[in-house]
Amino acid sequence: MTTRRVFRFLDSRTGGGSVLGKALRYVFPDHWTFLFGEIAMYTFLILVATGTYLALFYEPSTAQVVYHGAYAPLRGQEMSTAYASAVDLSFEVQAGLLIRQVHHWAADVFLAAITVHLMRIFFTGAFRKPRDVNYYVGLTMLVLAVVEGYVGYSLLDDLLSGMGLAIGNAVALSVPVIGGQLGSLIWGGRFPGAPNFFGRLFFVHVFVLPILIATLMAVHLVLIATPRHTQFRGRGRGERNVLGTPMWPAYALRSLGLFFATTAVLFALGGLVQINPIWQWGPYEPWLGTNGAQPDWYLGWLIGALRLMPSFDVVIGNYTLVPNPFWGGVAFPGLIFGFLYLWPTIERRWTGDRRAHNLLDRPRDNPTRTAVGAAVFSLVATVFFAGAADRAFVQFGVPYEDQLWGYRALTVLAPIVVFFLTRALARRLRESGAHPARDSGARLVERPGAISRPTSGRS
Amino acid sequence: MRNLWRWIVAGLVLRLSKKREVHREVDLPADPGAETWTAALLFAAALAGLAFVAIYAFDDADTQLLGLSIAAALALIAAALILAAVRVVPQETLEEERPRFADPYRDEENREDAVEGAALSFREGTDGVTRRRLLGAAGAAAGVGLGAAALAPLASLGPAVGDRLAASPWKAGVHLVDENDLPVKASDLEVGSFLTAFAKGADKGELATPLVVVRVKPEELELPAERADWAPEGILAFSKICTHAQCAISLFRYPLFAERSPGPALVCPCHYSTFDVLDGGERIFGPAVRPLPQLPLRIEAGELVAAGPLSGAVGASWSRVREEG
Repeated sequence: MTTRRVFRFLDSRTGGGSVLGKALRYVFPDHWTFLFGEIAMYTFLILVATGTYLALFYEPSTAQVVYHGAYAPLRGQEMSTAYASAVDLSFEVQAGLLIRQVHHWAADVFLAAITVHLMRIFFTGAFRKPRDVNYYVGLTMLVLAVVEGYVGYSLLDDLLSGMGLAIGNAVALSVPVIGGQLGSLIWGGRFPGAPNFFGRLFFVHVFVLPILIATLMAVHLVLIATPRHTQFRGRGRGERNVLGTPMWPAYALRSLGLFFATTAVLFALGGLVQINPIWQWGPYEPWLGTNGAQPDWYLGWLIGALRLMPSFDVVIGNYTLVPNPFWGGVAFPGLIFGFLYLWPTIERRWTGDRRAHNLLDRPRDNPTRTAVGAAVFSLVATVFFAGAADRAFVQFGVPYEDQLWGYRALTVLAPIVVFFLTRALARRLRESGAHPARDSGARLVERPGAISRPTSGRS
Repeated sequence: MRNLWRWIVAGLVLRLSKKREVHREVDLPADPGAETWTAALLFAAALAGLAFVAIYAFDDADTQLLGLSIAAALALIAAALILAAVRVVPQETLEEERPRFADPYRDEENREDAVEGAALSFREGTDGVTRRRLLGAAGAAAGVGLGAAALAPLASLGPAVGDRLAASPWKAGVHLVDENDLPVKASDLEVGSFLTAFAKGADKGELATPLVVVRVKPEELELPAERADWAPEGILAFSKICTHAQCAISLFRYPLFAERSPGPALVCPCHYSTFDVLDGGERIFGPAVRPLPQLPLRIEAGELVAAGPLSGAVGASWSRVREEG
């Protein structure tokens, strides 16, 4: 009775009753790979919630103060107000360190979930019409999320984040022709920048980028729901229908369960596994640096690209057209994202397939696409690991110079080998009809008690 | 009083556990055990949440305990929801027809009609307008003008790029000081050691201020002829900022056994650009392109003093970096 009263109240004022009714019966096809996008969305909510808390304590100022706080080793040291407020937040605000670490872990998981989700979309052909527009929306969110993460950890003004900003400034300066002015505009002058630079960073991190991401996320969801979800081939599943669990109650409960499970993991990580102990790095000054510095994982491919690039600028007379950091810092990510943005068009032109697709491919169903995707992935992965060659030197003693030349060779060889290997494997799988999981002795489990109740024509 | 309390509790229990009549034609799981478990998990979650509050209230709350308690609360809720999803609520598979716009296999005529209709409505909206091109051009012009006006204030964000390069505190006669503003003496450096120095009186945070000063054996030096007197007693000074990506050059490699090891070099820890110390900062490895700017030194009363400006532009390359240096 209460339910009906609430629904009537809403419907008589918004006319939304029928929409609500449809939403409750919205069908979600069941497949575990569909959960990565949800994890990304839920992680974003956690980032907003924890970030709001952090913003109540953080001070985006470079004004120098002498530290007198709880962490003894730093006492008496001069540092920026930004860094001091982040250290105080970690040691003197009750539960502050927990929330800060959850925020940092959530950022890493957010990017990881988006990346895996993107790979699912790519390898199953979910980016094809009518979802190509939504694929571009998703890619744009990934770009924004990488920038958001970088700006976020730069705010702390510890030694590592300062080194990251120095590199970021060099990359901005390296943009042909306009780079000098670009860096000067963003930083308010020469690195390390104008006194209000951290105010700019902070505003971009807590307002501009989150609002852009949230807006795109809303568009993303609408564009998912309008043509309904994709689904894999199966009994009763076709291009015209969608078969799965209705939103209410089973899917809502499961998905809410996933939200709480994701949050639980993030809070367990934030409470138990230390991440970015800024008090150990110390405050940043332009003349300080440390060996073994590594960025968060989602920037690993960029540090790798900067390190792998052979030493050359494009110089005409005295004019430096392309300074070196441009190759690794702009051209390489531009190439990878350019490929991702262009792929739906390339595939459409090359196959001549302009139809809409609601049924997903398995990776083997389209060996060439799978091989191209795997080749590009192997390139990014190679560059990513090259970024950690200095750590590999410390761990295994392989000389850094030798590793670098090895990785340079691999960036050329790995994509070629991976392309042909993947294509051959996919073709063989497709022809044999074997299922890798089944043949390994694993069983596909069907949930008991599932019944079908067609509702076509009703909604 | 006690009786009243009993009545309240009894009423609450009755109210909470009242079974509801259900008229549905789906397979209902009817698993009272699962319902009990779900409720138990939720009650446990409530306890874990209260435990978090209790730990928080302690004077010096332990981050691990805080994390564990709230993670436990969240995990218990997750478990309850997932259990409810698969054991308490009806399990059904629904089939839904997709909306027609995404349907490539149906007759596309209706869809085309809709598109045509929309296009027609759009055109009809401007029926009777005679000079469309003029208005269109005027609208575009207004857009460009307003767009330019909207973007122009972005230039206020930073100074003109030319202002930022000349700034270097180094010229002949400037003393080298350490982090505490005490003069750097030649005797502070042994062969194979290095230290950081700054221009006396300059802002240490300015990019061109910090130097890395190293000492090698004078007979090892292979400086170009015009720099022959830049390194008195084998002491060399370079800008501490890497010419690749502006990290601080904080590694100095000095061979302990010259026959087997590579020569003395300064290494940037960010991307491992490596600069030869003996020949005046030329790059020998890594992505940097320009050499490390060298500062000519002289020794006055045992203290290190600049004998001239830096040999090149400090910091990362940009389009006009080679004009200034």
